[in-house]
Amino acid sequence: MSVTARSRIKSPWLFHLNTGSCNGCDLEIVAALTPRYDVERLGCVLVGSPRHADVLLVTGPVTRQMLPRVIRVYEQVPEPKVVVAIGSCASSGSPFLGSQMIEGPLDKIIPVDVYVAGCPPRPEAIVMGIVTAVKRKFG
Amino acid sequence: MTDKSDDAKEIKVDYTRLRIPFGPVHPALKEPISLRVTVRKEEILDVDIRLGHVHRGIEALAENRNLVQTLYLVERICGICCHSHTTCFTQAVEEIGGIKPSERALYLRTLIFELERIHSHLLILGLVGYDIGFETLFMFCWHVREEVLDLFEEITGNRVHHAMNTIGGVRWDLPPHLIEKVNVSLKKIEKSAKYIYDVFQDKTVEKRLCEVGVLSYNEAQELCIVGPTARGSGVSMDVRRDYPYAAYKELKDRFSVVLKYGADTYARTEVRISELFESINLIRTILDELPNGSISMEESVLKLMREIPEGETVSMVEAPRGELLHFVKTDGKEGLRRLKVRTPTLANILGLKPMLIGGEIADIPVTLASIDPCIGCANRITVVDEDQGEVRVIGLEDLRRRGRKR
Repeated sequence: MSVTARSRIKSPWLFHLNTGSCNGCDLEIVAALTPRYDVERLGCVLVGSPRHADVLLVTGPVTRQMLPRVIRVYEQVPEPKVVVAIGSCASSGSPFLGSQMIEGPLDKIIPVDVYVAGCPPRPEAIVMGIVTAVKRKFG
Repeated sequence: MTDKSDDAKEIKVDYTRLRIPFGPVHPALKEPISLRVTVRKEEILDVDIRLGHVHRGIEALAENRNLVQTLYLVERICGICCHSHTTCFTQAVEEIGGIKPSERALYLRTLIFELERIHSHLLILGLVGYDIGFETLFMFCWHVREEVLDLFEEITGNRVHHAMNTIGGVRWDLPPHLIEKVNVSLKKIEKSAKYIYDVFQDKTVEKRLCEVGVLSYNEAQELCIVGPTARGSGVSMDVRRDYPYAAYKELKDRFSVVLKYGADTYARTEVRISELFESINLIRTILDELPNGSISMEESVLKLMREIPEGETVSMVEAPRGELLHFVKTDGKEGLRRLKVRTPTLANILGLKPMLIGGEIADIPVTLASIDPCIGCANRITVVDEDQGEVRVIGLEDLRRRGRKR
């Protein structure tokens, strides 16, 4: 295994994109980073720019206004990249399915590697989702 | 040069003015909001606010669903104040249907309501700490917040969307062993809240937050600012006291409305910290005075829903961020003809303009956090100098660094 591949597994950098979610999933992602669950001890860091990220965490059912931004952010993440759909909204559209304003679910727009279901998923589930995604793509 | 420049002379270009689009992707916030900030050097001259990035068409969806389905849909408007939304909606439906929930149900609703206030305030206090570069405080606040989420999980079964309310009552009871547990957790939370209070008394924090994002009493009244943001400017308003709902009618004298007159970010933070203690005391009172009885109606929710007649009403609650208003119009056939939701953030976001103008770029994140917005996730800030056709991208980290230097 090359050094870069190993370092990617050792410290995947996350970028979080909200595409119109209700905050529930976003809170749980931040909760996963704070002392109780603390994914930072596993090397995960939430970064401020998609250009620095390895893993793209997407929440929300992709509203019409956010659609071009989702594509733009996805294109900005450097290869190889992993997309994790967090929550039922991003995975399936869930309660908002049928709305005129929703362009999702996410896999209609960009390729998704791992789905984390739940409304919202627990922080443990989010950590599990990130680990699965990283293992599958970079391992 | 002189021959050609007759047209060019007329256009006066002010090269010192810059327009900064702020958003719609931002790590300090949770939902997308877009601000266009015009600056001269560091001074903010004008702010243009753009909303609608999270428009999911909930009001339109509600018109195609029945009342129980809508109850769970309105919960998904916001993950932080989900209980406020369901309480507001169920109150309206109960008023139309003439349903009176039992005393115990109302007290339990109020209990969850106050727990939600604690969790929401802790969350935003942490974010204010993060935006001024005090990351330890952010981690500490969020650690304390987990204690409240544990209580939510024990009582209702879920950490975030509690689904506690139902038409005619609540869905989960509070057995005696949980009352004990809530009391134990409250002690821990109170201890931590005292510590947070001490930290915010610190000179460094005070100097960073004082005189930032000033919103005078008159401006707050003119713009109809609500909630802790208004109370930080000295406007005495609280739906819990002015138009009591749920169990607040009985508990009216058991809490006080916190007022601060500083009108800046520090005052708004102070209001939130003091409200933590008020909420803790109120929860203790609720636990002491919890009446006995059933928690929901004998008929099933579906039967109750079918009996709701045609009608319309307005319902108000005091969400953690301020006054939340639902207008509900039922069609008498299980469904809704119209649902209108006015969230506190929509009222408060108007206040951003007077708060930001005259301030500095470095103060944008903390001022934004101080009104506790329920919108937004903007990651980069692009500095566009339109006149020179030059685009410069400043990361939020860079912006924060500027904020921390102050």
